[in-house]
This record gives sequence, structure tokens and C-alpha cells, in this order.
Amino acid sequence: MSDALLQVTDLSVMFATPDGPVHAVKNLEFSLTAGETLGIVGESGSGKSQTMLAIMGLLAENGCARGRAVFDGEQLLGLPASRLNRIRGARIAMVFQDPLSSLNPFVTIGRQMSAVLRLHRGLSRREALSESERMLDLVQITDARRRLGMYPHELSGGMRQRVMIATALSCRPALLIADEPTTALDVTVQAQILALLTELRRELGTSVILITHDLGVIAGTCDHVLVMQDGVAKEHGLVDAVFHAPRDPYTKALLAAVPRLDAPLTDQATRPDVADPLDKVLTVEDMKVHFGVPAERLLAPARILRAVDGVSLELRAGETLGIVGESGCGKSTLARAMLWLPPVIQAVTQGRVCLLGRELGALDGRALNAARKDMQIIFQDPYAALNPRMTVREIVAEPLQTHDAGLSRDEVLDRVAAVLTQVGLENEHLNRYPHEFSGGQCQRVGIARALILKPRLIICDEPVSALDVSIQAQIVGLLLDLQAQLGLSLIFIAHDLAVVRRISHRVMVMYLGKVVESADRRTLFEHPRHPYTRALINAVPVPDPRVEKARRRTVLTGDVPSPLDPPSGCAFRTRCAHATQRCAAQTPALEPLEASMVACHHAADI
Amino acid sequence: MNRGRSLWSDARRVLRRNRAAMTALIVLTSLTLLVVIAPALSPFSFDDTDWEQMSVPPSLTSGHLFGTDALGRDLFVRTLYGGRISLMVGVVATIVSLLIGISYGAVSGYFGGRIDQVMMRIVDILYAMPFMFLVILLMVFFGRNIFLIFVAIGAINWLDMARIVRGQTLSLKNREFIEAARAVGVSTPRIIRRHIIPNLLGVVVVYVTLTIPQVILVESFLSFLGLGVQEPMTSWGALVNDGAQEMESAPWMLIFPALFLAATLFCFNFIGDGLRDALDPRDRSER
Amino acid sequence: MLNFAIRRFLGAIPTLLILIGLAFILIRLAPGGPFDAEKQLSPEIEANLRLAYHLDEPLYRQFGRYLGNLLRGDFGPSFQYRDFSVTELIRSGFPVSLRLGGLAMLLGLVVGIFAGSIAALRQNTLTDYAVMTASMTGISIPNFVMAPVLILLFAVHLNWLPAGGLGDGDFRHLVLPIIVLALPQIAYIARLTRGSMIEVLRSDYIRTARAQGLPERTIIIRHALKPALLPVVSYLGPATAAVITGSVVIEQIFGLPGLGRYFVQGALNRDYTLVMGVVVFYGILIISFNFIVDVVYGYLDPRQKR
Repeated sequence: MSDALLQVTDLSVMFATPDGPVHAVKNLEFSLTAGETLGIVGESGSGKSQTMLAIMGLLAENGCARGRAVFDGEQLLGLPASRLNRIRGARIAMVFQDPLSSLNPFVTIGRQMSAVLRLHRGLSRREALSESERMLDLVQITDARRRLGMYPHELSGGMRQRVMIATALSCRPALLIADEPTTALDVTVQAQILALLTELRRELGTSVILITHDLGVIAGTCDHVLVMQDGVAKEHGLVDAVFHAPRDPYTKALLAAVPRLDAPLTDQATRPDVADPLDKVLTVEDMKVHFGVPAERLLAPARILRAVDGVSLELRAGETLGIVGESGCGKSTLARAMLWLPPVIQAVTQGRVCLLGRELGALDGRALNAARKDMQIIFQDPYAALNPRMTVREIVAEPLQTHDAGLSRDEVLDRVAAVLTQVGLENEHLNRYPHEFSGGQCQRVGIARALILKPRLIICDEPVSALDVSIQAQIVGLLLDLQAQLGLSLIFIAHDLAVVRRISHRVMVMYLGKVVESADRRTLFEHPRHPYTRALINAVPVPDPRVEKARRRTVLTGDVPSPLDPPSGCAFRTRCAHATQRCAAQTPALEPLEASMVACHHAADI
Repeated sequence: MNRGRSLWSDARRVLRRNRAAMTALIVLTSLTLLVVIAPALSPFSFDDTDWEQMSVPPSLTSGHLFGTDALGRDLFVRTLYGGRISLMVGVVATIVSLLIGISYGAVSGYFGGRIDQVMMRIVDILYAMPFMFLVILLMVFFGRNIFLIFVAIGAINWLDMARIVRGQTLSLKNREFIEAARAVGVSTPRIIRRHIIPNLLGVVVVYVTLTIPQVILVESFLSFLGLGVQEPMTSWGALVNDGAQEMESAPWMLIFPALFLAATLFCFNFIGDGLRDALDPRDRSER
Repeated sequence: MLNFAIRRFLGAIPTLLILIGLAFILIRLAPGGPFDAEKQLSPEIEANLRLAYHLDEPLYRQFGRYLGNLLRGDFGPSFQYRDFSVTELIRSGFPVSLRLGGLAMLLGLVVGIFAGSIAALRQNTLTDYAVMTASMTGISIPNFVMAPVLILLFAVHLNWLPAGGLGDGDFRHLVLPIIVLALPQIAYIARLTRGSMIEVLRSDYIRTARAQGLPERTIIIRHALKPALLPVVSYLGPATAAVITGSVVIEQIFGLPGLGRYFVQGALNRDYTLVMGVVVFYGILIISFNFIVDVVYGYLDPRQKR
């Protein structure tokens, strides 16, 4: 205990709100020894961020912290600002979740980094700039000198986070606090940043507190873990012990709810086989959606954003097709195009969508509207998907009123009540408004709205990404149940591979508007063919410390290229270890290779 | 079955907690009632000139609570009567700018693209004009028709309203619940009616409350320059103008109408601020 | 950056043309002619006068002629003040209005930004409430109410300052007018600065600066002030228009021989060219100023470039 770098005792954080006091953290206790990496994991509302903000003295005005947080022998809570400012940034540094909003948009990177160096290490302007350059090299940012003169919005998300880390480590702090540092990043970029953090802390001997909701990240990077729920510590111990022998019921439930990429596919047998392979619910042929982007310079030509660039797919009755990809791959645009929704349709330059055998583009207004009954969608943000000024009853009833205007009020009410029961909500929820519900409940309302017309197909656009892990498991379970009961076909779009693996029959991987690989789920996850698919699977952290420690990570370099300016030929070649001349010259077509369809010139050789 | 807590009732609760705004609301309501009812109760009429009681200071005994003006007319009744005109101009001109502004902004925002660009260009051009001068020109050359005043003043303010409505419509248009409605097959008129407009109301209500005082100011400004309502009709601005001329000898002629004008503007501004706090979605997310 | 400026400039030109056209049409449409105000003229003299002032030509030719003259800086002759051209009148009236308006704007900015910042830094304290109430008063009390009150107080009762007129150019004559003109701007800018500053101080990047150990004073001055003032820069355009409008009344009340006064007189006397001249002149001023503000804003906000 005496060599603890940070000792937190009886920490409580309370916020004064007009609705009464909110206790974010209650009597928390833990310690951190030098050189240790501690992961703090919890769902939303667990108080994990507020704990660290309180220790750093960064609470909002209406917040107050009580208790003791002793850092290197000094009590931090209640410390006068002048003393606290010598510690913050110099001996304890913090990195935040969203690097775009956390960096000053009005000041260049160089100046922001230099400010910290000049303050804590007393360097002159020139010395500070060259030290900043050295730090940028350390975090593997190329062309460091030029970057110093750039503004945050000119860099990619991964680069911005590296800059934050570089700034934080520039004064060689004893402790680095990272608050959800990779949550806003793509999974391949997340792998890079986590690898960087691991390497740097080894090199510099920094202790790290990593706050996250992702158990996989904890398993791969931390020595100790603290599990929090509702402001209270549930379990604290070595990562191996907590993950493999959890004692607290909440921890057990959390670990059980997290989908794992290496979980056995035992439910393969219980999943009803796809009914009739010839019963095609949806076909998409060579869809291309290109947006025109106005040029920045006065006389330059307009640029084209190739959001979807030649995608074909087929969906059979009762089947779930999972679509995965990182930011910019076009999966959301594809979803809108499949629905034949007006704003996106104007950008469709080529391609057909056939729903139940009828080509949507050829239908007139009324027929198209009638066809919509068979195809519905649920969205990522459960609150934004519902009109905040309508009650649940009105929201779920609206599709009925649009298509079946002849129904009486009672009939409508009955059907609404019935579908709400199907999704696990109750009658008393009918007259409530969206903001009175939790995220998971709102998502159930969205599902109810999608179900009430008894569609054949539901497109799910990242439906669980915004939800806590335990709720995610419930919603995915609900979708699986509904599919079994009603014979629904689902298109499940997500960036979380483990979730996609749990729910899909077949999986399609997209990169910069094109399909790079498509196969049934067992084949894709056990024998991935395309280098990108392999990198993607490799990058996903598994919530099992033993597996994580044993893994050999092949980290992908670079960031996802901008869809405005994709590389010639194969778009993935800039990050691919197997790229050749041919990859730059010729775009690979999607071709069968054993049990998969792959778009790669060298897939057979790898 | 219990009723849910709509966003409006949430907003009401926040507003009630704002003491400044509630006080302003009470004062404003009392003022409006006074202005509407009281003149009927007074023995004097607003254009009763009384040569024997010219520029008499306020007193309870003479019955002239606020005194009289240079022509012997009772100032109390005239102030309240002027209030009627000022408030009426305020409300009507605001409604004019509201109707023009909402339609323009909603159409421009919802349809987007080329239409939006052209419409906003027009707004930008109009914005750069020294409107006041043009209004003054209108007043001078076309006579002091009260109807023209409504239209002219309304025409000045619709630009702001249009911009705000357009901004709000643009951000609403891309929200998922609108996409959901389209995916369900809801018709465009119904989308606008049930989904867009109710979500615009918050912003519009705040803005209307803040526009009314601006409009009243413009009208009193015009009256002050001698370009407002015609005698014997009067407004607060005209009364202040008259009062300013007699300032040294009969200060009550300036003070009472000025007080009423200032108090009304004060109240509207406080209420508008309070409404903005109550209806601003950003505030709610911080709780 | 240059592209941005050029685009804005090109955008400003049609605005100006439309403004001039609009004013031109309005005035020509007005009932009554420029000579109605005077004693009755015999038809021949009136016809001659019309010829001399080109009033018999079709409207579009008059407009073209007017634009041509404008490019040469000639606003035409005044109908009312026979011996003067409008250009000369503008030249004599504008400096007065410029001093008045310019100083009022400056006062508004300095006091407004200062008061708003202080209120933001001491949010929800007595200082904050005082500043907010004072600024509420500033927007709620029209300048033509405030002016007589202040005149009564300072000029009549206390006799510290003159009540009106320009006197012999002595600065004391401008003090009251400038203050009255500046008050609504002070109020508005204070509220704007306060709101903006509060929002900036709550932002994520300020939290990062605090986490880096930067002292609060450095944060406020070096990191928060510039972003907080961006909305104020945006407001400068409408502010100028407001000050110009307000000066019309102020010049009336204080009897200052500025452009606003000329305008009102011209309007009442149907002096076409004078009225047109003032409208066009102020229009050019506002549009140019808006253009400059736009470019400055684009320069200050790096998110605009690339």
C-alpha cells in the first residue's frame, strides 16, 4: 500500500441538479502502483469517467467531490489551483474520448503542444517546437514538421488521437489517464492506438488508467481491472482473476453478455436453416451511389464521393445478412439505397433493387409506397429515431394509419398493444414520450414500429452500437427471437464483428464502397480470405486475457483513405502487406474462391 | 392509463422555476388587461380636449391620474390607448413576419439544394439593405396608413425568422425519425405537418416573443420621427415624442408612456429569454 | 483565402445593384413630384425644369444615367438645397455621422465585451445579474426615451454637458449623443459575449487545456477569448446597420448636422436625389462593411479555410 502511486479512499462525487442531487460515485476505493495499467470498466452511468475527472479537478461547476485521492503522497481533492496546475499535465496527464472536440480548433497542433512544454518544462519557443516534433515521431506520425503547422480538423481521427497522446506524454508524466481513448475510432485504428499505448508505456515507464466500456480492450492492455456500476466498485483485481473467475454477479453478467469472436457457434444447429434458397426477398444489382461534392476552389471541378461503388447482394427468406465495414465504407448509404429513399435515390447512378421480385425503381409513387410495407428499417440512435413530440402509441400507430386508413381506433390500438408486447414493452408505456425511456426501451419502440406492418425484411443500421453491452445482448436476442417466430429476413449492418457473427447467416465485408469479401459466417470468421477481413478480425479485442496475451497482432498501418480520393485499382492496397503493381493498376473483381467470394488478386496465394 | 410528460410540460416546469420570467409574465398580462379594459372605465376619452386643464400634473382629485397633455387630454387614457396601438402593431406585424418567415424558411430548408441556395441568396441580399431607410421612404411617400405600417414592419423582420426556421428545418430534415417516416411511406405533407412543424414550434415561439418588442420599438421609432400613426390615434412612441418636447415643464408627459413602453419591452425580453432556456434542447441533455 | 474573398466580393455587387434599383423605383413611384412642395410653378417652367433634370426620360435611362454618375462619384444635384450637389451635402454630413457612429460602435465593443466577459466569468453571481439586468434595460429602453432623460439629467439639472448642437466642434457636444447611441450596442454585445464565453468555457478543448495544467487566466485570455468573440465579429455587420439607423434619431434629438438629419429632411421635402444619395451611400457602406467582416471572420476561423 505504501508504494501506491495513486490511492483513492472513500471517494464520492455528487452533482446538484434542479431535479435533486445525483450521486455519480459512491465511496469508491482503489489503488494503483507505479508501472501498473489499471482498466476501469463500466456501462453508462457507472461513474467511471466522473471518478477520474474528480481526481483531476475537472468536474463541472455543479459537481463536488469528497474523500481522499492521494497521488505520490499528496491529497489531490481540494488542492488549490496553483498547486494542482503543477501536477496536471506534468505528472498526471489525461487523454479524452473525442480528439476532434478535445483539441482547440483555432490553434495549430504545434502551438498546442508547445504551450504544454513551455509551461511545464520551461522550454523556449524553438526548443518546444522541436521537442513537439520529436514527440510526433514517437507516436509514429509521419511528416511531423509539416503537421505541426496544421489545425486539428485537417488531420484524421487516428492522427488526432496520437497528437493528444503525444501532448500528454511530452512532460513524461508518472500517470496517464485515458478516458475512452479509442471509442470514437475505427477498430483497425483502435488496434494501432492500443499498440502504441502499450509500447510507449513500456518505453517510458508510465502508469496508465484506461477507462472504457469495452472488455476486450481491458483484456488486451491492462494488468488490473476495476468494475463499476452505478458509482460503486463491484470488483477489483488482476485481469486474469476477474475475467476467468469473477466473483461479483454483475461482473459475471457483463462477461456473459459480451459477444466474443471466438465463441463457439453452438447455436448453428438450433438456427433454423434458411427455408427455401430460391425464395429471394431482396436482390441488389451493381448498386452505385455517387454524391457530387462542390469544389473548394472557385474554378476547380466538382468532386465525386463514391459512397457505394458497385455492390450486389441477395437475401433469402428467413436469412440474416451481416454487412460490416469501417467508417467511409458506405454501408449506411447502401441501407438507404436499398430502401429506395428519396434523398439518396437522386445520387444513384446505376443499379437495381428488387424487393420480392419487383424492381423498386420501376414502380410509380403509389406502388412504391405500397411496397414499403414489406421493408422496414431500425436505426442506430434510438432517441433520434423517434419524434420527441409524439407518444409511443402515436409513433407505432403511424405506419398503420398510413397504409391501412380504414381501421377503427380500437383496432389500431389493439394492434399497437400487441406489437409492443412482442418487443417486451408494456401497455403503460403507450402514452409516454421517448425522452422518458432508456436507450434500450427506445430501440424496442423502433423495432415495434418496424414490425407493425408485418414486413418481410427489416434493415438494421447499427441498431445496438449506441447501447450498453448488457442491453445490446437483450436487443440482439429479441431480434433473433422475432426472426425465429416471424420468419423475418434481416440485413444487419454494424462495425462490431462479434455482434454480426452472433446474428448473421452470411456476412459481407465492405471497404470504401466496394464488397471485398462475402461468405457464410463460419467460413468468413474461420477462414477469412481477403487481407482486409483478416486484419479486421485480427484487430478486434477478445474479452479474454489469456487469448489476448497469446495473440500475435499484425497491426494495419495508416488510416482509411478518404472516399473522395480513393486509391487507384484496389482501394485497400495502401494498407496491404501483399500489395503489388497489379493491385494499383487493376481493380480486383469479386470472384469465388472455395466457399467465399473475394475481391483480391492474391487471395489464393496468401 | 397515465399521461406521459411531454416536452411542453417539461418546458413549462423549467419556465415556472425562472422567477424573472414568471414575474415578467404576470406584469405583462396585467398590463395587457389594463390596456384593453381600463379605457372603457375611465370617464375621459382619448381625444377629449379640455382647454381648461392643459398640461395639468397628475393628481387624484382632478381625476387625471397621469395628468393631461398640452391639449388637455387625459394622459392615463391616452397612455393606455397608445398601448393598444403599440401592442396591436407588435402582434400583427409579428404575425406577418411569422407567416412569411416560417413558410419561406421551411420551404427553403426542407427542399434544400438549388431552391435553398437561391432562396437564401435572396435573404442575404435583402439582409444587407438599410431597411429602416426604405421603410421611412415608404411612410413618407405613401402616407401613414396603419395597414402599411404593419406590412412594412413585418417585412423587415421576416428575414431573421426565415433564417432561423430554415436552419432548424435543415437539421431536422436529416434526423432519423424523418427518415423513418419516409421509409414507412408517410406522405410529404403529413411529414411536414406532424413531424417537422411541431419540432419547429419551440424555436418559433422563442423567436416570436423576442420579435414583438423589436417590432414595437420600430413602430415607436417611426412615431417618434413623426411617421407613425396619425392623430388623434396615438402610440407609445408618439406619446414619448410629444412628452420629450414638454420634458422640462411637464415631465409626466414623458415619464408615464416611457415607463409603460420600457416595462413592456423588458417583460417580453425576459419571457423570451426564459422560453429560450426552457425550450433549448441543449440544456436538457446536460441534466 | 483569396478565393473566399473574391467570391464574397462578387456576391456583394448584385446586392448593391438591387439596393440602388429598389430605392430608385420606390422614389420614382412615390406620388407627387420634387417640385410640389414649393409654390405653384407655371407649366412652362415646370416643363423646363423637368427637362433639365432629365425627368422626362424613360425610367431605365434615368437609372442608367444615375449609375453612370455614381461611378464618377456624382450623386446628382439636390432639389431642396439648390446651391448644393448631393455629393457636397454627403461630404459635409458624413464626417459628423462618422464620428458619432464610429465612436459609439467602439464604445459598444469595448464596454460590451468587457462587461460580457466579466459576467461570464462570474456566472450566477451578483455581478452577473447586475450586468444582465443592465443590458436588458439597454435593449428595452429606446434611444429616443433615453436621450431626453439623459439630457434632462446631465444637461439641464447638472449642467455638466451641453444639451445639443455641434457648437464649435468641442468634443463635449458629442459625449451624450455617443453614449445614447452606444447603449443598445453595449447591451447586445454584452449579452452576446457572455453567452458565447460561457459556452466556450464549457467546451471540451478548454477542459483539455485545464487538464494540461494551464492556469485559468492563460486559458481565458489565450484560448477562450478568440473563439468566444467570433459571434461578436459576425454581429458587427448588423450592428453597423443598427448604429446607422439609430443615428437618424440621435441627430434629430441633439440637432447634429449629420447624414441622418439630411435624410429625414430630404424625405419630408421630397428631395429625390438627396434621399437616393443617402440610401445608396449608406448601402455601399453597409455592404462593404459586411464584406470586410465576412473576410475577417473567414480569416479568424481556421475551419473555414480548407
